[in-house]
Amino acid sequence: MSRNLLIRGGRVIDPASGLDAYQDVAILDGRIATAGERVAAEGIPVFDARGMVVAPGFIDMHVHLREPGIEHAETIESGARAAAAGGFTTICCMPNTLPVNDSATVTSYIVQRAREVTKVNVFPIGAITKGSQGEELAAIGSMREAGIVAISDDGRPVMNARVMRRAMELARALDIPVIDHCEDLNLSAGGDMHEGVESVRLGLRGIPSASEDVMVARDLILAELTGARYHVAHLSTAHSVGMLAFAKVRGLEVTCEVTPHHFALTDQRLADYDSNYKMKPPLRMHGDIDAVIEGIASGVVDAIATDHAPHAGSDKMQEFERCPFGITGLETAMGLSLTELVHTGRIPLMRMVELFTSGPARVLKLDRGSLKRGAPGDVTVFDPEREWVFDVQQSCSKSRNSPFDGMRFRGGPIATIVAGEVVWRA
Amino acid sequence: MKTALQTTGLLDIESLDRSEIESILERARYFQPLQNESFRRSDTLRGKMIVNLFFEASTRTRVSFEIAARRLGADAVSIAAQGSSVSKGESLVDTLNTLAAMRPNAIVMRHSASGAPHFLARHLSMPIVNAGDGTHEHPTQALLDALTILGRRPKLEGLRVAIIGDIAHSRVARSNVHLLSKFGSEIVLCGPPALLPRELASLAPGVRLAWDMNEAIQGADVIMMLRVQLERQHEAPMSAGEYFRFYGLRPEHIALAKPDVLVMHPGPINRGRELSSEVADSQSSVILNQVENGIAVRMAVLERILA
Repeated sequence: MSRNLLIRGGRVIDPASGLDAYQDVAILDGRIATAGERVAAEGIPVFDARGMVVAPGFIDMHVHLREPGIEHAETIESGARAAAAGGFTTICCMPNTLPVNDSATVTSYIVQRAREVTKVNVFPIGAITKGSQGEELAAIGSMREAGIVAISDDGRPVMNARVMRRAMELARALDIPVIDHCEDLNLSAGGDMHEGVESVRLGLRGIPSASEDVMVARDLILAELTGARYHVAHLSTAHSVGMLAFAKVRGLEVTCEVTPHHFALTDQRLADYDSNYKMKPPLRMHGDIDAVIEGIASGVVDAIATDHAPHAGSDKMQEFERCPFGITGLETAMGLSLTELVHTGRIPLMRMVELFTSGPARVLKLDRGSLKRGAPGDVTVFDPEREWVFDVQQSCSKSRNSPFDGMRFRGGPIATIVAGEVVWRA
Repeated sequence: MKTALQTTGLLDIESLDRSEIESILERARYFQPLQNESFRRSDTLRGKMIVNLFFEASTRTRVSFEIAARRLGADAVSIAAQGSSVSKGESLVDTLNTLAAMRPNAIVMRHSASGAPHFLARHLSMPIVNAGDGTHEHPTQALLDALTILGRRPKLEGLRVAIIGDIAHSRVARSNVHLLSKFGSEIVLCGPPALLPRELASLAPGVRLAWDMNEAIQGADVIMMLRVQLERQHEAPMSAGEYFRFYGLRPEHIALAKPDVLVMHPGPINRGRELSSEVADSQSSVILNQVENGIAVRMAVLERILA
């Protein structure tokens, strides 16, 4: 096992320092040693990156690994393999496992297990409330000591504003962000897709944009009240983008992420009742996509995160209204971002890399996501031009619930390097 | 070459084109006189097996499909979800795999989930006839409604049709809107705000919305009343008394419509809930004709799919 590597001749893009140049990158003893025009290599392995982009290791701050408890859908090992195959060196896993990650015991289990089964960095996110029931705060301090990087009741939003306020106050003291899945459960109750022309046409119950918007509004007010660092998970509506922009101008420490499917797909994809298009928040309309992409381009959006949500095949093989929400996304995120954002001219390559590296690192205050000397030797090498087709049957994930099966991408990962070690290669 | 009807079956009205609908109606007209001669059968579909799979209670639609199949000489097997393995927790996929192994020539399905027949069609090779899926579509109902209207009117084009009641949860309304719109009718959808999402106005060309029943009925050629779908409403939009007061059809409303207005209802009717007994039994009511026409239309559909 080598923790030394010389990555030679690539186009090095490091948003944290604004670097975009053809250089070599040397990793010594698992850390970035030097980046320069020509690094002298003496006896260390060389990775030929000519024709490729060399970037800090990609970070996905929103995945579901299903372990402990739902291992037939995904394990830490299989999820981390999918992450590596998607170019990610770091992933943050949401607490909705069985049991819920609401205690130091579960947090420690995940941290320990990840160390045993994968080289990819796995950082747990702890629950806000016990069992994510929305009532009593979880053991947030102990979880922090055990290694969580944020708190969230993802998928089961905290409806009680007082509980959310207390969580934010505590999170501020512990210097971790509160991540909210913004959904007013009363407004979205029973909904299966975005409420609009398409839901009315298909006879499916709708989830109005308002169910996200009112929670974003509530949370921003609470974030101002408490001074907490607050992060909106999988933001999907035009109004939410507007509110985040407003809050940032106001000087609040608020951030947000967008998933690839929310900038790549609209609710019109549901025409065939294919449950691989069923997720929360639901796929929205063209106007929302335009606003989300505008937010990505303008800087309102801080990160692209996948919300990788594996579900066993049998769970998705049901009547649409019975199918669970969520799709896998680790292996398609980079391809979608390059194809839909960069090659369409909506954002420069540097900005895309930022959304996968220094962006999420800043949100979570991780000492990662840059190529500065001494940083962890995590590097993602990708080819922005490589044409490839995603075959879900070849996925490293244990689940197959992707709407992108058979999709052609322009650009994708070539190698994933963690602490100087190549953990995945195309 | 097989038509879309012959391969996937009849999933909805929205994706049918006008000529396809016309030919079904024309064929249904041919079958109309046969209804009164119960012993006369055709053997067009002899040797074909049709499975009627009803995951949701239904009497008239199921019986109507059974009779239609038998009159064409097909073997019809009906499976009701209650009492079958479905109620023992077998998943839809497992039920379907079992059925597929029986190799029926077509499956007629009613299901409480919107899109269930589309799901089925993706996984099975035989044609599927949608006999009503959740709050999505009920294509044969719209076909028989059109047949009923065309029995009294020369054409659908230019007709003013008011559809009144729980539009949001009505598969009958959706199928009728698509069919009538394809033929150039003017459609007014009317109901209380919670049951009349504004997006309905963009469902098809020629649709407008009204909260006021008098406005909707003014000058109407056809009034279609919908059943109040208590089982699909997750919150009561208003009390039963309030509902009948504002959206129940009474004799005084009929005066606002064209003199020879047709009053229709997909059944089963709730007297005093969505229409008064006087109206249900009046000269304008063609509710019983609708039931009769159901068999002719379903014969035409099964024949087009299987013959």
